[in-house]
Amino acid sequence: MKDATTALMVENRPIADFIAHAILILGVIVVAFPLWVTFVASTRTFDEIVNVPMALTPGTHLIDNYRQALTAGSERGSSAPVGTMLMNSAIVAFCIAVGKIAISIISAFAIVYFRFPLRKFFFWMIFLTLMLPVEVRIIPTFEVAADLKLLDSYQGLILPLIASATATFLFRQFFLTIPDELVEAARIDGAGPMRFFFDVVIPLSRTHVAALFVILFIYGWNQYLWPLLITQKESMYTVVIGIKRMIAAGDASNEWNIIMATAMLALLPPALVVILMQKWFVKGLVDSEK
Amino acid sequence: MEKRVVFKSAWLPYALVAPQIAITVIFFFWPAIEAVYYAFLVQDPFGLSSHFVWFQNFTELFASPEYLDSFKTTAVFSVLVAALGMSIALLLAAMADRVIRGSLAYKTMLIWPYAVAPAIAGVLWAFMFSPSIGIVTYYLLKLGLNWNWVINGNQAMLLVVMAAAYKQVSYNFLFFLAGLQSIPRSMIEAAAIDGASPVRRFWTIIFPLISPTTFFLLVVNIVYAFFDTFGVIDATTQGGPAAATEILVYKVYYDGVKAADLGGSSAQSVILMFIVIALTVVQFRFVERKVQY
Repeated sequence: MKDATTALMVENRPIADFIAHAILILGVIVVAFPLWVTFVASTRTFDEIVNVPMALTPGTHLIDNYRQALTAGSERGSSAPVGTMLMNSAIVAFCIAVGKIAISIISAFAIVYFRFPLRKFFFWMIFLTLMLPVEVRIIPTFEVAADLKLLDSYQGLILPLIASATATFLFRQFFLTIPDELVEAARIDGAGPMRFFFDVVIPLSRTHVAALFVILFIYGWNQYLWPLLITQKESMYTVVIGIKRMIAAGDASNEWNIIMATAMLALLPPALVVILMQKWFVKGLVDSEK
Repeated sequence: MEKRVVFKSAWLPYALVAPQIAITVIFFFWPAIEAVYYAFLVQDPFGLSSHFVWFQNFTELFASPEYLDSFKTTAVFSVLVAALGMSIALLLAAMADRVIRGSLAYKTMLIWPYAVAPAIAGVLWAFMFSPSIGIVTYYLLKLGLNWNWVINGNQAMLLVVMAAAYKQVSYNFLFFLAGLQSIPRSMIEAAAIDGASPVRRFWTIIFPLISPTTFFLLVVNIVYAFFDTFGVIDATTQGGPAAATEILVYKVYYDGVKAADLGGSSAQSVILMFIVIALTVVQFRFVERKVQY
């Protein structure tokens, strides 16, 4: 039986349904094709790839390629092991997500639950960061990071990215919906603001935190321009930067089997996060655009 | 909207906003002010001294054909990315809204590219379309089409547009689907009873009703194409061939970091700031945030 909430009960158009499925299947194939080509290339030898056209079935060098990528990197271009880069990406993405959530939730708490001079001013300052992406302040931001000795360090990769107007707004909107009776009850019980924050606000915010974490982890993992600017040492590359540095020379001289294995390793963690935590991902995406 | 009941403390609220404010001042406001200041300076070729030149950097930019071309390139690029990403996403969302069987599976298999970093998407598409070893290039040649984005500017543009639109299709799809599913079924059923075909219903009822979503996505996609596609360009064409894909954010990076033209690059930063401000104002003033009817 069809589900009445999604299906039209008043018509039966098998041809239209067939076309809908056909277009969706075509869409899925087109979207998956680049991934398939990448996967196949990551299981073949260099010679098999440059011998055009490469067959579109998996080869036999999956383990060799991934082992070389993870432990040794490409022999041409950048030669840092991808294992290190993946570790860097994971650390950076995790800390950016946690950092953004932490500093946003406390500043939203201050702005909603206190009255103090400069409150509006701070709120607008946080809002204005939306208008100042890295792209419009490349060189001065790099200079600040250099002056603070943040080049080639985790702090340098993380700190400049953890301000978040979006997360602050989201928490502010949510806190405004928490009933005032809860604050009154807490005050009658003699609980101070931080006690209220940890015992009431944080537990109530769990779902928002989870959804934001998924979105911000992907954001952190996929950062490009900032890591490109402040990492010079190969040991500090994130995987998204590392792969670009492997593509040094022309088509026939890049080690495509290793590059494609690296591409798979770079895109699988965030893709798995989207697929496995789909519910949180969709919630986070929709919430952060409100 | 304000809270009726609040806590009182002379220092706690400041301590709570301090981390966020420190980051915004050190890494956002201070560099932004410096960028504005640098935009009025000219440095000697060795970077040893600089002097104040008022608006010379700006007048030079607007007199330079390369910069004006970069504006045009950016406009073409953003319109194509938004148009391609949105039209494919709307088609797929309209189909997904219709099917019952397998809709969750379709959704899962259509949204994962959102997770692919723009630079990685660039690498994937550049590999498939590589002039010498690309699998798609090979079949295009069989069809009689000589594909070489390394020397052909239009083909290079097409490549970066496809790579940039790739992950955006997922994003647009999710929002279009949410918009479509919030349309009351009774309205569509009434039209169906009156004998309106699915295509006619789409253009006369559904499309007008989701126009707030469409407008919202248009702004988001333009912002994305302007600022978040640096990775796509840098990992593939690097602005080439002959600046055919040199969008504004790539040029500001190239002139500042690679060509070390501090004043010129900073003046471009200031112009970009105005563009972001304009886009943000549009986003907050005119875009209806909630999808409701």
